[in-house]
This record gives sequence, structure tokens and C-alpha cells, in this order.
Amino acid sequence: MNSIRLRSLPHLLLALFLTLAAYGQSLAQTVGSAPAVSKEGVAPDATAGATAATATAPAAGGGDAAAIAAGDALFKGNCAQCHAVNDVVVGPALAGITKRRPMSWIIPWVKNSSKVVASGDEYAVKLFNQYGKQQMPSFQLSDQEVTSIVAWVTSQEGKATGPTDNANGNNIAPGEGSKTPGDDAAAGAGSYVNVLLIVLVVVLIVLVVTLVIIANIMKDVLRGRKDLDGRDVEIIEQRFDYSKIYKSTAVRAIVGVVFVLAVLYESVQGAMGVGLQQGYQPTQPIAFSHKLHAGENQINCAYCHTSVYKSKSANIPSANICMNCHSQVKTESPEIKKIYRAIERKQPIQWVRIHNLPDLAYFNHSQHTQVGGIECQTCHGPIQNMEVVYQYSPLTMGWCINCHRETPLNTKGNAYYDNLVKLHDTKNGAVPFTVSSNGGTECSKCHY
Amino acid sequence: MQESPKYWKGIEELENSPEFMKNALTEFADFLPVKESHGASDATVAPRRDFLKLMGFGIAAATLASCETPIRKAIPYLNKPEEVDPGIANFYASTFFIGQDYNSILVKTREGRPIKFEGNPESPITRGGLSARAQAAVLSLYDGGRLQHFAIKKGNEHVKTDRDQVDQEVRAALASTTGKIAIVSPTIISPSTKKVIAEFASRFPSTEHVMYDVNSASGLLQANGGVLPSYDFSKARTIVSVGADFLGTWLSPVEYAQQYITNRKVSSEKREMSRHYQFESALTLTGSNADVRVAVKPSMQGEVVLALYNAIVGGDAASSYNDESKQLAKAVRDLKNARGAALVVAGSNDPAVQTLVAAINQTLGSTAVDTTAPSMIRQGDDARMARLIREMNAGQVGAVIFYNANPAYDHPLAEQVVNGLKKVKTTISLNDRLDETGILCTYAAPDHNFLESWNDYEPKRGSLSLAQPVITPLFATRQAQDTLLTWAGSPTTYYNYLRNQWKGVLGGNFQKAWDKAVHDGVAVGTASPAPVAQVAQPLDVNAAISAIKSAPKPSGIELTIYEKVGIGNGANIYANNPWLQELPDPVSKATWGNYVAVSRKMAVERKWEQGDVVEVSANDKTIQLPVLIQPGQADGAVSIALGYGRTNAGKVANGVGANVLPLASMRNDGILYTNVVNIKETDAKSPIAQTQTHHTIMDRKAVVQEASLADYIKDPKDVTEYETISTPEGPQKPNKVSLWQDYEYKNHHWGMVIDLNSCIGCGSCVVGCQVENNVAVVGKQEVLNRREMHWLRIDRYYSSDAHKEDFETKGKLDTYEAMEHPSDNPKVIFQPMLCQHCNHAPCETVCPVLATTHSSEGLNQMTYNRCVGTRYCANNCPYKVRRFNWFSYYSNEKFETVNGHMFTDLGRMVLNPDVTVRARGVMEKCSFCVQRIQLGKLEAKKQKRRPQDGEIVSACAQSCPTQAIVFGDMRDPNSRISQIMRREDGERAFHVLDTINTQPNITYLTKIRNTESEVRNA
Repeated sequence: MNSIRLRSLPHLLLALFLTLAAYGQSLAQTVGSAPAVSKEGVAPDATAGATAATATAPAAGGGDAAAIAAGDALFKGNCAQCHAVNDVVVGPALAGITKRRPMSWIIPWVKNSSKVVASGDEYAVKLFNQYGKQQMPSFQLSDQEVTSIVAWVTSQEGKATGPTDNANGNNIAPGEGSKTPGDDAAAGAGSYVNVLLIVLVVVLIVLVVTLVIIANIMKDVLRGRKDLDGRDVEIIEQRFDYSKIYKSTAVRAIVGVVFVLAVLYESVQGAMGVGLQQGYQPTQPIAFSHKLHAGENQINCAYCHTSVYKSKSANIPSANICMNCHSQVKTESPEIKKIYRAIERKQPIQWVRIHNLPDLAYFNHSQHTQVGGIECQTCHGPIQNMEVVYQYSPLTMGWCINCHRETPLNTKGNAYYDNLVKLHDTKNGAVPFTVSSNGGTECSKCHY
Repeated sequence: MQESPKYWKGIEELENSPEFMKNALTEFADFLPVKESHGASDATVAPRRDFLKLMGFGIAAATLASCETPIRKAIPYLNKPEEVDPGIANFYASTFFIGQDYNSILVKTREGRPIKFEGNPESPITRGGLSARAQAAVLSLYDGGRLQHFAIKKGNEHVKTDRDQVDQEVRAALASTTGKIAIVSPTIISPSTKKVIAEFASRFPSTEHVMYDVNSASGLLQANGGVLPSYDFSKARTIVSVGADFLGTWLSPVEYAQQYITNRKVSSEKREMSRHYQFESALTLTGSNADVRVAVKPSMQGEVVLALYNAIVGGDAASSYNDESKQLAKAVRDLKNARGAALVVAGSNDPAVQTLVAAINQTLGSTAVDTTAPSMIRQGDDARMARLIREMNAGQVGAVIFYNANPAYDHPLAEQVVNGLKKVKTTISLNDRLDETGILCTYAAPDHNFLESWNDYEPKRGSLSLAQPVITPLFATRQAQDTLLTWAGSPTTYYNYLRNQWKGVLGGNFQKAWDKAVHDGVAVGTASPAPVAQVAQPLDVNAAISAIKSAPKPSGIELTIYEKVGIGNGANIYANNPWLQELPDPVSKATWGNYVAVSRKMAVERKWEQGDVVEVSANDKTIQLPVLIQPGQADGAVSIALGYGRTNAGKVANGVGANVLPLASMRNDGILYTNVVNIKETDAKSPIAQTQTHHTIMDRKAVVQEASLADYIKDPKDVTEYETISTPEGPQKPNKVSLWQDYEYKNHHWGMVIDLNSCIGCGSCVVGCQVENNVAVVGKQEVLNRREMHWLRIDRYYSSDAHKEDFETKGKLDTYEAMEHPSDNPKVIFQPMLCQHCNHAPCETVCPVLATTHSSEGLNQMTYNRCVGTRYCANNCPYKVRRFNWFSYYSNEKFETVNGHMFTDLGRMVLNPDVTVRARGVMEKCSFCVQRIQLGKLEAKKQKRRPQDGEIVSACAQSCPTQAIVFGDMRDPNSRISQIMRREDGERAFHVLDTINTQPNITYLTKIRNTESEVRNA
């Protein structure tokens, strides 16, 4: 009897442990076949293909730094939807624009391209025809603003080729720009330790097996000898009495406490997870694939989410933005036809909202993208690989605060921070100037 | 030496009745009833079964709620307008004018919804200022009381009807009308609208357009040959106002307040002020700000003007005004000394009085009066309206169209209007709702809200102003001008009509000029024809004098009918606006309703107590209202505000107060806002919901400081009293002795300076704050329970004449007793009071859950989702500026009437999406508009620069028409606030309750009164 019990107890414990572990896992996971995601969410080496083209790069090359900085914002706000510097998007690549055209041509073109085309300008007409007679909208920009955009474009020439050349959806670290060299070193060290551990484990197992074999051989040798007295035989034939462990109050108490703690821990974890939607992956009314658009076709995020660099919300694109391409592309697809139908019936598409922050928290995209220079993928995960979008990050307050504590402020080239950086460096330059050291974890930064 | 007057917060404190003493000592009432009223007792105890039921339900509900997260939708535009980005506010210039005061506004819209008005700095008239009424007017768009469709009256009901059918029937009715067609409206200052009406009149030649104003100025118009002079108070060094509340309600208060205040701001470099005399009956906002105020019965105001006329122009008809206080003589002296820069205004609607005032100003050669660019904002003609009412009763009117006019409620002859309407065959209302007049009309063709309309305005000749629609019409309404054009058979839309009209005005490249005008909201030019004198011939001066002399000298209690700063003329959009209903009257601090303001002497004589309901009767009409004891009210006279007692304005306004207009008297077909009344006691009591008397925490020294101009001229460093603390090293400033560590501000240090000299108490900031921060309205009962939610209040202190300096001459005891007694005519001081954002905040140290903390930018942060509602912080706040959410004001059906805009989807459109709507059980308070600070910083960061001074302003500072509130970064040495603080340090700058060393981030500047000094010859 005893032995059965003895065997079943560890089994029971193991089963319990596995169940709890599975439960915990299922909390972290979700509905359907959501890919496994880490609770930390922030994955610095996440691929950044889709937005790398717009990653804030320090202004370099000729031109006034302030103008370039202004041009950066203006470009993202107005031009990035259709143009990239070194790549043809909807409109032509802008690299070398100053060599191709004089400013006296560019300014009126930006302000009112159709007027230039109508005036019969040869180059303009050629351009117009070359790009499918798609009219470039008029922009209410001042001459100076256009000049600063061009200055920015010039400063970016040839720079962002990395990410765009690395297209085709493979992840040969196009986000290199945002990565520090230390990351690679750390990653290297990590794999080395892993190999070492595996080797050690193998060695240990071999040792144990060898020892057991040796012990058995020696036992057999001893059993073969006849000159042993009763005490020696007793030692050889000795068997460990497991029932003593089972009956021991100390062991029982420890197991009981561990069990209660484990249950408590899991229930607390479970309770904390109520309302958490990490991994939430609802079915959308239209099977839109970010993998196809952002991943394979390398369409800039801000092309559709137009306000992500300027507003609190990164808006869901309106149907007219879809129509920019889909008036020509894949017009026969049943999914695209849903958009046509929505437009015909004047019934807006009701997407299911995935990322829901509680009303009491204020979040501003532009603060993080435009000012902080954070990649979309930092919070939204490998969006360029998502066929159907899911919530990658937990979006809990702890997650926000953690990032604010760890992330250094993006102060470079931003005159807002100049004095603060100086103050910080003189006082405690050794510590990184993080978001929280600038008051980024204070209540009313997000709650008001 | 500083005068240190004793301030008392209200009659209760003055009387020191045992009840008040009890309340004053127990600052928080022992038992605050949760249920209906004070009377509730044991009913509030929940039985055990109820408790179990609720608990069971609660657990079940919580379990269920946590099981499933609701699916939320994200619905983008189908075709996104280019300039609209979710999350980014757009501003559009427009104009607000509804028969009261003109305001050029910027409409802040979010996701296409108007959510707030801000002053338009481009306007040469209002120059970025806004009145409290204009601030609140954004809610009129989302007013649930609006009529949402066209309707025809069938029996007693207005039945929803197709617009075309209404058009058809009305056209047929108008075409077959015999007799006059009358269009009745308040003053219209829109040149294009007038042209539309003219076009309508050319189609129907028997049409007459009759304008009348609730707050009529036809006396003033008549005395000035059919125009209203433009006044420029900034050009006046001596101002004498006889009953004109020009800072609060008279004609164009925002404009006047800005002009007035330019001569009232002082600094050690500019130690001079204008001098302002006020002769009036009710204590008005203007009277509260006057250097010298004399309480004068209404019947004597004509005599005051006559006495001024005699002394300045030189007349011989003796005035019966007895200048007991010799202030009239001083006023005459100062007027004569300031010659050219002197100004006399009168609020009376008696043409005789206004004729004399015009003559006085002419003799003084006042440059402050300008008749070449006259003001247009009052054109109503009492006589024509009275004649129309007679014609209606005589059956001579075949059809009448009411456009924003509600004479069945707001005309003194309302009863005759109601009777007359029965004899008019076709009655049409273009009013925005079925108000008292609309309900009597057969056809209802509701007008758009002004935020849904194109329109133009010409408030002053030569100054044009445009209004543009900022939202698609919410309901199936139609702009009144389009309606009139349709009925007149014109095929054009009003928009095209307007543009055509402006083509003649703007000239040049029209499209460019038009775009600029729409963008700026204002333009220079005139679109009105030369004024057509609507009004009777002006009186000559002698006739005016004899008219004043022969006016009946009333015996008995006289009544003044006045306008309140909040409700104004009581038009639909003001009356049915909970923000305005709950805006405390600047002087009486009463909310929700009107009352009979009586002098203390009369109350004692007649044994009235505050809240006793009395019957006031005149013209065979009687109204019942509670009594409010109002210091400064002329003895022998009472004052009642108009604009209340609505029956058909909407849920908010209906049944609040009583309508006093039927008690007004008519003389020669002109409305006089005075009468002789009988007052009879009743047994009833009706408590008046005042916001101030219970704020007894300020019963300490150095809360508010003031000094005379004479002292200030002598030594600006001697006008403010700074308290010191005794230490071993001798007396020290309080902030030198501290147990606490100081904060270090590296980035920003937000602060505010409030100039008590510039604050006129108009309440614009209170409403501005309420709109910006989604502050709930709580209703009369909760105000009585001392639970109003305003984050910013304006404390009003009356002063008494006795001073501590009298100790030696009169003895301490006698002086203290004297200090308890009111002067019959107290000085008044206004002090905006909001969270002081203390650097050593008493609230922060007592919060057990760290829900209120200090930020690295000097803000005292309130975190609602952390607050558990212990209310320790409110108890520990010396300024009493924290507000507790006793209820879910947005979902508790008890507040559906008063706080309706937080209930319905319609009303919620006005909420500021950047500010949380607070839940029950949490504390809230002024946040220094942290959402604006954050936004301003973000904009600066995006443009990679530091924020500029003036970019980030709190809503109150922005609303202030007199710029009494200056908000800014005290770390920026070049900011306006830093400059003021450097300049005023040791002079006028002081902190409230400095000795307790809370080190507020709000600094006040001592008020300076020009009480003694004489206006010198220029």
C-alpha cells in the first residue's frame, strides 16, 4: 500500500504543478490561435521594417538644423503618406529632388500641382502621366515650410536605404537604426551561457548514470562475497523507507505551505489578469492583412494611420484612403468589395477596437512617435507579420510605468530638452536621463 | 498704513446668530443627508434585507461584469475631411449675439463637435474677452429643449410635420392674409438678415418688422437720434454711472469691462486710476467695483441726473435729490476736472433722463462718447411693439412671425400678447423651441442654432463680424433666414445671399477677402444702410427736464427690475442653460432663481428673514418670491431680477423663480423697469441657494488685502501687510521657517497671479472652467447642501466701515461691535479662489492612498482613480477648494434635470474628451488645466523648442475679459507672470494665509481703491 501512495504523491504534485502552469499560460494566451507573446511586451529587437523609413534620424549633411527639424515634422505630417525619400511609394522618391528641379518649380508644385500641370509645364505633365494621372493634393504650406521639407529630404538622401532595401518581409534586422551595439553583445553572451548550461546538464546526467552503474556493480560484487556479517548484509540490502517522509510533519507542513502559496499566487495572478486583453485577436469585418500591407508591400504606417505623428489617436483609416490604391488594385477581391459597398451605402466600416485603454488614462500617440521616436512595433509588436492584428502588449499601468522607468528620453536635437539634459548631466550624469527622471511617472502626466 | 477692514461673508455672519455660530464652529455639518432634503431622517438607514439584497446583487454584478469585456467598435470616417483629425482640436471664428451682448468667438471643435468657446483676439470690440453668458452658450446647441422638427398645431398639440407641407400651408396662409403681417424679433444686427426681411416685405407688402428688446434701450436711442453712442471707457478718467450696470449687463459689458480696466490697472510706475461713481438702487456688479457708490432709489435717479445737469450744464429747475453724502458734489467736481475725459452714463429707459445725460456729456466734451460709429446692439422700439400689441388685440394683424422673440413671456404686456394672438389668423414661430410664444403659434419652423448657421453681424457701424456653421445641423431644423427666403419665393440659399451681400462690402479679390473674413471672424466695413430712425423724435432738453419734474413721485416701496449677470434677459438659450442657472450671482452669490433683494433696514422693520416668501404686487399682478437681505440695496426699494419664471423653456429653466416683467410699468409706451409695489408677507419659506455663506474657513486675517490709491501713491511698498513669524533670529518671513523640504523645479514651475484690482467678479472664469473641465451641475438642493462642484469660485467680501484704528478713540469692545455692524452701503471685493497648488500642500500629507501628490512642475495633482474618498484632504485644505463627488452626477436620475448634458448622448457631445468625468466617491479640484499644459508642452516638443509664454494658459486665465488672471511658467524669467511677480514683490503681491506657510503657487495682488484722491486737471 505504502509504495503505491509513495509513488502517487509526487505524481499528484507534478500534475498539480502542471495544471497551474497551464492555467497561467492560458491566462497569458487567449482566444483562438494567438501567437505566444511575452508579458514584457517591449522587445527591443523587434523588426521595424514598416516604419524604419520614418525613424527619427539625426539631421546630417547640409542645411540649417532647425529647418531640417521642422521639415522632418512637416514631411511626416503631410508628405509621408505618398512619398518616401529613397523609394517610390504612391508618388516618386524624393531623393535628389533639388538636383532634378529648382525650388522655384517645387514650391508652386507643392502648393497647387494641378495648376502647374494645367499650365502645360512639360516636366509636370510627364510626371502626372507617369504616376497614373494621380493628382497630388494641394498643400497650404508656406514657401519656408516647403524649403525646410526639401532640406530635410536632402539630409535624408541615401540614408534610409537600409530598411527599404531590406524589404520583402524578411527580418534581417531592418530596425538596426534603433538598436544599440550593446544589444548584439548581450545576445551573444546569452547564447554562450545556454550552450554551457546544456553541456553541464549532459555531463551531470552522464555522471549520475555512471555512478548508479558503478554502485550496482559494486553491490553485485558484495552480494557475491560470503564473508559478510549480518550488519553488512543489512546495509547492502538497505532500502529507503519513503513512508517516513510521508509521515514527517515537517515535510507535510512544507508541502502544505507551498501548495497554499502556489494557489494564492495563481489566484492573485488570475485576478490581476481580469480585464486584461493581451493577445486579444477579434475577427474584423474585413480581412485586412497588415502582413501584406505593412510587411510585404512596405507601406508606411502613417500612410493609413495619418494622424499617428500629430495627434493623440492614430486614426483608423477612412475608406477614401483605401480607395487611393484600391480604386485600381485588386478590385475584384470580395474583401475589397466590402469597402466599395460601405462607400455606396454610406455606412462606415465598423472595425472592432483592439487596443482599449480605460477612459481614465490619457495616451497620446504623437508624444511617443514624433517626440519619443518610438517604433510602432515597440508597443504593437511585429505588426508587419500579423495577418490578423492582436494586442501584443498588456497595456497595463505597470507596463507603461516600467517602460517610462527604463527608457532614456529622446532628447537629441530637441531644444525643449537642452537645458534639462545639461542639468541632469551636471548632477547625475552617470544615470540615464529616463522618462521618469523627467517626471514621466507622475500621476497627472496620464490621469486628468 | 494699510486699512484693515473687517470683512463679513454674509448676513448670517454679521448677525452672529446662535445658529450661525454653531455652524461656524462645526465647519462640516454633523449629518449631511444623503437623501432628498434636510427633512430626511431615519429613512436613510438601510434595512438588513435591503443590505443583503444589494450585496448579493453587487457580487453577482461584479462577477458578471468581470467575465466579459464588451466589444468596442472603432468607426472611421468614410471620407475624412482633410482638416479634421481625431484628437486634434480645430478652431473656427464665429459670432455670438442673441439679443444681449455681442461676442466674437473662436469655437473649439473636437471630432467635429463644438465643445468650447474662446474669445476671438482679432475682434476690435471684444478683443478676446467673453462674457459668462457667451462661455455657456455652447451648450445651447445640445439643448434637449430645442424643437427638433417642423410642426403644426393640431388641437393643443404640435404635431411633427413635413417641412414642405409647412412651407406650402404658410405660403398659402400668407398669400391670403388680409391685414398686417408682422415679423417680431429682438434687435437684429445682421445686415443680411435685415435684407432678407426686406425682401420678404417686398413680397408681402403689408409686412412690418418690429424689434423690441427685453432689456430695452429705446430711451437711449430716442435721446441720441435713433442710434446708440459707442462708449469708450478707456478714455474716461471720471465715470459717473446712474443705474447703468455697464460691467455686468448693460449693452456691451465685455467691451466696456476691457476699456474700463485699462484705467484701473496700477503699478508702481503707473500710480493712477480712473474714478468711478455709481448711483444705483440694487447693488450691481458695476456698483461693487465703483470707487464711490451711492444707493439711490429708482425714482430719484432722474433727479440725480438733473442735479448733475444743473451743476455741469447749468439748469435752473431744482433737483429734489438730497446729496446727503456730498458724493454728488464730488462727482461733479471730478467730472469738471476731467473735462473731455469724463463720462456720464445712465441705465434708465426714460428718454427724458437719457436726453439730459447726452446733454451733460456734450457739455463735458467727452471723447468717450462716439456717435459717428454708433453701436447697433439695441434697436428695439418699445412704442412700436406696444402699438403692435394693440393692433393685434384690435384684430388688425393677419399674420405674425416670431423670430427669436418670446413676448408672451418677456414683454411686460405679455397678457395682452397672449390675448392678441388669439385674434391673429396665422401665427408662426421661428423660435428654436416651443417656448411660451411658440406654443401659442400654429406653425413652428424652428431655426438652426447659431453654431449651425451662416450669418453676419454689424455690432458697430464699420465693424463687421461673421458666423460660420461649425457642425452639420443636428435636427431637422432650417435657418430662419432660409425659411423667410423660401416663403418669399426666393430660390437662393441664405449662404449665397450673404456672400452676395458681402461682395459689395469687401470688394477687390472677393474670394480672398471672403476667406480671410471667414477665417478671422471679423472684417472692417459696413453692410448696413444709413440708420432709419425707427424711434420717435428726440426730446428737447427743456421738455426732458419738465418730464422728469412732472414724473409721478411714488410713495411706497419701489421696485427695480434688473438683469442678472448669468441669466441675462432670460432668453431661451440663457434660461435653459444649467451652467448659467448655477453660476452664482456675483454679488448675492445666489444660484437657481430670483428673489426680492431688500435692504437690511427694511428687513428689520418688516421682520423679514432671508428666505421668507413674500407677495409682490403691482399692475394687478402678483408674484411670490423669497426675500434676500442685500447690503447696499437702496432703502425703501427692492430689486428683482428678470429672466426667471419660465414655463416653456425646457427642463432646466421651467419653474425656477418667478417672472417679474409683468410688474414693470409703461410710460408713453416705453418700458420703465421700475414700479411701485405692494409687498405682503406669507407664511411660506423658500431657502435661497447661495454658494458663499458656508465657506467660513476664511475667517482669518490676510485673506484679502486692499488699500487706497492715496496710500499707494505715497509708497507702493506700504500697501500690503506681510506677516512674519517670530524666531530666535527675530521676525522672519513665514517661508523661512519650514519643517519640510522644498521642491526643486527644473523644467517648469506653473503659477498664477490674480490682480484683485482688475477682477470685476463677472464670473466668466467660473463658467469657462466648468466647460473646460466637465464640472458637474448639482442643482439647487445640492447647492443648499453645500455641495456645489465649481472648481473655481469667486469669493465676494463685503466690508464694514469700522477699523481697528478706532481702538484708541472708541475702545476695543465698541470698535469690535461696530465692526460687526454693516455699513448700509458696503465696499465689495471679489477674490477668485481656486486650488492654490501649494508647494507645502496640507492636502498631500494627509491622503492615505497618495491620490493627491505634487508634480515636478509645481502642480498639486489629483488622481481620481486612486482616490478612495476619505475626504481628509478637503478637511485639511485651508482654502476649501476641494470638491467631493457625492453622487454620480452623470447617471443618477436625481440630477437628470439639472445635469442633463451629462446624461444624454446629445448633451455629452459638449464634454471635453481630454478630461475624465469623475465618478461618485472621489475628490476633485482645480488641476491648473493640466490637459492644456500637457498639450502645450507636447506642441513645443514636436516643434523642438521651449513653449512660449502665453501659449499655455488655463481656461480661467483665457476667459478673463480684464486679464486679471495671468497664468504662466515662473521658471521662465521672461514670462509675463515672472515679470509681474518681480515688479510686485514686496508691493502688492501676497499669498492668501501666508502665515501657515503653504507656499501657494497662486499670488494675489492687493486691490487699490481710488476712494479719496481727487481727479486732477489734466
